[in-house]
Amino acid sequence: MLGINILLGWSVYLPISTAQASIGNAGFMAIGAYISSFLTLQSGCPLFFAIVVGGIMASFVGVLLGIPALRLKGIYLVMATLAFGEMVRNIFLNWEFFGGAYGMRGMKGTSLFLVYLWVFVALFCFFLLSRSRLRLAFDSIYDDEAVSQLTGTNIVKIKVAAFGFGALLAGIGGGLYAHYMRFIEPGSFTVLLSIYMLLFVILGGMRSHWGPVLGAAIFTLVPEISRGLKDYRGVFLGGLIICLMIFRPKGVITRDLFKMMFYLPKKKG
Amino acid sequence: MFVEQIINALQIGSTYAIIAIAFTLLIGVLNLLNFAVGEIFMLGSFFALTFLFIGLPFWVAFILAIVLSGLVSLVVYYFSFDLLKGAPELIPLVSTLGFSILLQNAAGLIWGAERQAFPESISSSIVYFGPIGISPAQIAIFAVGILLMISLDQFIQKTRIGRGMRAVAENPRTANILGINSRWVIITTFFASGVLAGASGILFSISYFIVEPLIGFHAGIKAIAAMIVGGLGNVRGAIAGGFFIGFIEIMSMHFIGSEFRDIIVYALIFAALIVLPQGLMGVVKQEKGRI
Repeated sequence: MLGINILLGWSVYLPISTAQASIGNAGFMAIGAYISSFLTLQSGCPLFFAIVVGGIMASFVGVLLGIPALRLKGIYLVMATLAFGEMVRNIFLNWEFFGGAYGMRGMKGTSLFLVYLWVFVALFCFFLLSRSRLRLAFDSIYDDEAVSQLTGTNIVKIKVAAFGFGALLAGIGGGLYAHYMRFIEPGSFTVLLSIYMLLFVILGGMRSHWGPVLGAAIFTLVPEISRGLKDYRGVFLGGLIICLMIFRPKGVITRDLFKMMFYLPKKKG
Repeated sequence: MFVEQIINALQIGSTYAIIAIAFTLLIGVLNLLNFAVGEIFMLGSFFALTFLFIGLPFWVAFILAIVLSGLVSLVVYYFSFDLLKGAPELIPLVSTLGFSILLQNAAGLIWGAERQAFPESISSSIVYFGPIGISPAQIAIFAVGILLMISLDQFIQKTRIGRGMRAVAENPRTANILGINSRWVIITTFFASGVLAGASGILFSISYFIVEPLIGFHAGIKAIAAMIVGGLGNVRGAIAGGFFIGFIEIMSMHFIGSEFRDIIVYALIFAALIVLPQGLMGVVKQEKGRI
């Protein structure tokens, strides 16, 4: 589950690193989950292939959403993605072909190996990204879009690509989730899940790809550790979020922390 | 039959309009999307339930409940806005999401997570005026709704603090320079938002006879839809948007089928944001400033 959560965290991290906050990623996840389970159940195609197809379909929808999303910023984009996520969920809820409210069940379980294979593939891509010029382009869009455009960054391409790849990761995460839980229903992909994904990123730190990893770890482990609190868990979690926002508004892992830890040389302008 | 649907639409529309105003005040004045408003909506309804359970008369319970909702909103203000001054705009938003989770779970702990019946405080038996049937509860909901909307509109347009709110909405720094105590204005805005959200929750429970910790979230999404359709950060737009969403919801339920109700509402939010980011009212020229 931790591996899946890490993938989901990254799926929000990518758009957010180009200043596009999304709380509709459960929608992409649902698309990936439903398509991959449909493929494995109905046509018996291999799991790995099904997950890839699910991810690609999700990223296709992501690009379609990413293009109109260019016009929106800040809280407006948050609301649009919220609407999108719920729209996808309600479409699956009413689509009898995919089982309607009952969902689908009987998917074969994934292995831990497969989940972490994807995590490491994604981690490797993020490592390449963090060493490439694209990283600088992402940063410049995050810091100031207008200036970034003036200096010749193709912001349209990069923002849509970030959205699309984020959706790809969410779709893959969804496929893995479906085959891990062995059944899916529209109720699994509510806004709350998207909100959790956003929280992974924001609590962990949104300027480094290690941030979502830590955020996902916190969110996966805290409910386990605080099992003793029983019913108070939700209250505890909410309180934790509020406190973290007050004391560490940029997330737990920031780039300054990295500099302090590893004495990284400062980036050349 | 059709007339009764219109009455239903007006009833639910006035509930949505009020909670949409609660959202829109904060967006208009502070550019803050406060997800806790939906939860305050739910708390308002639970407070009223508790007061009615003690045996207070309805109007006392109503007023106490909305004042308490306003106070909860001030707590949200302190932790999610005051302490986070100067942070990027996403940070207070996440903090209010934290409050939303916290309040929802706290309500589940205090009042129980199950659906509860809300006592029938105003008679809902239908009285016929000629061919049109209408219940006293529907009249009361509509009347209270309109009263709240008019008084808020007058408050913003006429009073000193209302003018302060409009000034802070235009530009907080300039407002400060001009001698407006912007902190006090912001506190009032949060309080007003909480009061409206709580009142809307009570009206909602009167019309559907239920309370549960989850109602706030769904109402919140509808209110966000109403606000977007009406133009963000604009009180009169939010009122129009609330009635519009109520109308669409009832009509699509009546003519197309209830399973498509939510899809239509969400598709509408999405389309409105993409095509008309200024909202329906934004197309009409606004001469009175932002809120």
